[in-house]
Amino acid sequence: MHVPIEYFLVLSAFMFITGVAGVLTRRNAIVIFMSVELMLNSANLTLVTFSSYIGNPVGQLFVFFVMTVAAAEAAVGLAIIIALFRNKQTMNVDEINILKW
Amino acid sequence: MSIYDIIFYLFAAITLISAFFVVTIRNIVYSAFFLLFTFFGVAGIYVILGADFVAMVQLIIYVGGIVILMLFGVMLTNKITSVAIKTGTSQIVPAAIGVGMFAGILTATLVNSHWRKVDTAPLLPTTQSLGLMLISEYGIIFELLGIILLIALIGAASLARK
Repeated sequence: MHVPIEYFLVLSAFMFITGVAGVLTRRNAIVIFMSVELMLNSANLTLVTFSSYIGNPVGQLFVFFVMTVAAAEAAVGLAIIIALFRNKQTMNVDEINILKW
Repeated sequence: MSIYDIIFYLFAAITLISAFFVVTIRNIVYSAFFLLFTFFGVAGIYVILGADFVAMVQLIIYVGGIVILMLFGVMLTNKITSVAIKTGTSQIVPAAIGVGMFAGILTATLVNSHWRKVDTAPLLPTTQSLGLMLISEYGIIFELLGIILLIALIGAASLARK
């Protein structure tokens, strides 16, 4: 391994920060969803980095688990978004306020 | 500068640039396609780290599954012919301040920490050890993940049904 471990960690931190910025600024529900996927991927990248530098493959196994839960989350989340669009005819999260008192 | 460094910088650039475009570009179809390039770049980083099985799973699940699912979501929730596919942004200044502070703290912590690492670990393929752990030590979690996927499938179908 020639690349220092900090390079991978900083790359994953920047991916996470990009995802946070997307969640905070964008107002389309699907783009917010994509930003959440970016954050999940950066967490996976951190797990694989530590797993590879410590020499223990359990971290990669946990990445496999995280990916499975992320796939389930993507399916249910998109189903919720489609059901919401059918009721409200909008994707702007500022206008989706039926749970807001 | 060895070939590892060049490949790392190439895939890191692909990942970060397309992640930046995912959150900044205004057309969400282009956004979904840049998300595909981001996942591809992360798969390349996994290959550099020696995680061959995880890289293949990343390509199959994310690039082949989740991005396609998101494109279907975009197709089902937007009127393609109108201009409603472009979406706005809001609260740029408070988000920029918060994200900037978070980025500074996170990067400073990551760079200044002393990480424990084993220098003698060679980059061996991990597919065999992952498979052995999945059927022996982590077998119950593997079964539970199958149940989670089944529940998610049923829930998604019943939610999206008319």
